[in-house]
Amino acid sequence: MKKSIKIVSALAIVLLVSAFTLNKKNVNSGYQVGDIATDFSLKNIDGKMVSLADFKEAKGFIVVFTCNTCPYAVAYEDRVEALNKKYAGKGYPVIAIMPNNTDVKPGDNLEAMQARAKAKGFTFPYLKDEGQKIYPEYGATKTPHVYLLQKTKKGNQVKYIGAIDDNYQDEAAVTKKYVENAVDALLAGKEIQEKETRAIGCSIKV
Amino acid sequence: MVLKKYKNQIKVLLNKSYTYYIMYNFIVMDLRILFIVFFVVVSCKQESKVQEVSSNLVHENALKEKPNVDVYNFDAFEKFLNSTDDKVYVINFWATWCAPCIKELPHFEEINKTYKDKNVEVLLVSLDFPKQYEKKLIPFIEKHQLQSKVVALNDPDSNTWIPKVSEAWSGALPATIIYNKDKREFYEKSFSYEELKMEVNKFIK
Repeated sequence: MKKSIKIVSALAIVLLVSAFTLNKKNVNSGYQVGDIATDFSLKNIDGKMVSLADFKEAKGFIVVFTCNTCPYAVAYEDRVEALNKKYAGKGYPVIAIMPNNTDVKPGDNLEAMQARAKAKGFTFPYLKDEGQKIYPEYGATKTPHVYLLQKTKKGNQVKYIGAIDDNYQDEAAVTKKYVENAVDALLAGKEIQEKETRAIGCSIKV
Repeated sequence: MVLKKYKNQIKVLLNKSYTYYIMYNFIVMDLRILFIVFFVVVSCKQESKVQEVSSNLVHENALKEKPNVDVYNFDAFEKFLNSTDDKVYVINFWATWCAPCIKELPHFEEINKTYKDKNVEVLLVSLDFPKQYEKKLIPFIEKHQLQSKVVALNDPDSNTWIPKVSEAWSGALPATIIYNKDKREFYEKSFSYEELKMEVNKFIK
């Protein structure tokens, strides 16, 4: 009896939430945790095309939608680089994708991306979502926006969506490192505790 | 339990302290101006009273024009999302660095102006970084002579409070809530004036 009440109320909540979200221009469209993420072929700052399939040894990917011009993305630059340094060797490299329309945000064009990557010493691919086809498939809405993928037989499965940690302002005051915790869980073969988080970010410029 | 309670209070106090700091600056400025006025009055006693009054007036105007921005953590801010009076509240989350926010800001100002007598109140919630309050936010408010009320929300743990604003919000800026005591709508989008007017009209009886 109790169980059925729980199920009914859970259903009611799902219906309620979907009723509110459906007419919101599909804010929540794109991948949910558990979905298989598409591969892509996007131009890196070195001019070469990069696909997830190129990384034969990888166990998965930390895909970060980010850019040069968003203060939140800038605040996380060093932490994204640190993620790559820590996890690329363990099989989870960072793949950064710049999703903005560079006509609207010239500060995010390929030359600016190259300059930024050089200045900050990025060791991860920094790709341009030319034509802006990839970010809508993932459902990214802002920068920075992380999708943690794990290679499975079915393809690259989405394991975590959201923020890098719980304090954009002050790295020293971070209490929850969402992405690190999620990757550590995957590496240990454990269940990820927080699979989805939210953070303020800059809307992707279309 | 008690500790936690105090912790929250300290958090609120810390947030308030910034406001006090700004107020303190005003008072210091105030004193300086008073000192100058005093000096002028003392050094030229023969000056007419009219001049003294006018300098006081200038001083008052200067105080009025310098915008004051209250800073809130989410717990303290939440009351703005839950007013139960008869007004329609239009709450816009923005930041000075957010280009689409700046673009739509005049529309919110226009709503604030033209719908005032229809019991509509606009609140602009800045998510600028605290270190930008003095450098960017306050100069921006001054430059554009914003008439709507502006507050700053400073709460880095956004994963906790974003869903409390709206379950539909991914966290991207700009975002807007329109509500009255009966209903509420959330919009993670940019508005044209026509669109915004249309949405606000849905809340006006």
